[in-house]
Amino acid sequence: MADFTKISQALIKGDAKTVKELTEKAVAEGIAPGTVIQEGLISGMSVIAERFKKNEIYVPEVLIAARAMHTGLGVLKPLLTESETEAAEVFLIGTVKGDLHDIGKNLVAMMMEGAGFRVVDLGVDVPAEKFVDAIREHKPSIVGLSALLTTTMVAMKDTLEAIKASEFKDKVKVMIGGAPVTQNYADEIGADGYAPDASTAVDVAKQLVGVA
Amino acid sequence: MLIIGELINTSRKKIGEAVQAGDIQYLQQVAKDQVEAGAHVLDVNCGTIIGKEPETLEWLVKLVQEVVDVPLCLDSPDPVALERALQAHKGTAMINSISLEKERYEAILPLLKGTDCSVVALCMDDKGMPENVEQGVELASRLVDGLGEEGVDPDRIYLDPLVRSVGTGPHYGIMFLETVKAIKEKYPTVHITCGLSNISFGLPQRRLLNRTFLVMAMAAGMDSAIMDPLDKVIMAHLYAARAVLGQDEFCADYITAQREGKLEV
Repeated sequence: MADFTKISQALIKGDAKTVKELTEKAVAEGIAPGTVIQEGLISGMSVIAERFKKNEIYVPEVLIAARAMHTGLGVLKPLLTESETEAAEVFLIGTVKGDLHDIGKNLVAMMMEGAGFRVVDLGVDVPAEKFVDAIREHKPSIVGLSALLTTTMVAMKDTLEAIKASEFKDKVKVMIGGAPVTQNYADEIGADGYAPDASTAVDVAKQLVGVA
Repeated sequence: MLIIGELINTSRKKIGEAVQAGDIQYLQQVAKDQVEAGAHVLDVNCGTIIGKEPETLEWLVKLVQEVVDVPLCLDSPDPVALERALQAHKGTAMINSISLEKERYEAILPLLKGTDCSVVALCMDDKGMPENVEQGVELASRLVDGLGEEGVDPDRIYLDPLVRSVGTGPHYGIMFLETVKAIKEKYPTVHITCGLSNISFGLPQRRLLNRTFLVMAMAAGMDSAIMDPLDKVIMAHLYAARAVLGQDEFCADYITAQREGKLEV
């Protein structure tokens, strides 16, 4: 019988090798891949998110836990049926035009993936049009915009305006975050959500799609 | 070792509030404190004051220079804000910053030509930041050579090889140090500066990492830093590092710092 707690614990410790072994074992026992993701990986990452929010663990520890999660997902993803893959809410993320910072964006992407979203990461320095094109292609429920600089924060407004001007106006929620960003700024530019850190971003995203 | 005091930046909560409230006295006090603590140049940044950055930067320059007699490091990517700040500035200013990003390069260059301003030059281009020593040196070379052709001598340039956290990539620390060494070998008269505290992002006891990094970077040839001069511990390490590296003749500054109580931390 598969022990999901052991998978979670190995993930929390960042022990990628054990996560991979236990995941393979669970699959061999005939447990549905979706169940292993939910009970083993996602539950482990939610502990990481919680501890990170409380400043009990540090960025490198989140990174190694995420690496462990990815080894597990590497085993499971190819086994998911099309309907299972499509059932997950899509979270599209990128750092806005002019900004090359990726740490915060990557942390949010990892946390979202760890919370069960299917994440599409557009990378850094992403122009507004590229966001709109990617929405057309990937049909996300939520778009996350990241910026670290006061000077590039304004590109969030441009991106948001481009989305609001597109046919996806009411079909996608937009949330923003990054060091200089505040709730006030989110309200000012009309974003649907704001999160001060990667863990909170998960809570906000869940609220926005109504699964909180 | 040129110390650029980083505290007057509106993305810091108290400074942002003071600027919004027009609290000149507080801002002037922060300026005085930094110079007293050993800053040679003061950075001024009001990038969070969206829509009113030019007039705010000009206002900051004037009020800071009313109380301290040091050059300022005018910190903005906006050429309009920089130009206004430059006009208000007394003495030779430093501009923060130029980079090889096409748009920024073309916007900032005219401000340097025909002046004797120094400039912080970020080692990055439209493709991004360097991922290894070779790329870092290549970006630095393009900056020094390119600016040289426009009449900006290496000793006016403060290259920033860009510090990233060892918490997100364990190679970023050693890569920075090796890049500094290689740049100094190729261009002995160019200066190197950086925003120190990036090294420790996401890690505990950041100040411990920051000061360890400062000492190592000085040994590699870094001769300036954008930092908090009110952090007594890091300043004590700076005095000690200068003495060890032979940058403090007869250890005079180190001894004076001891008499002023600056080493007992």
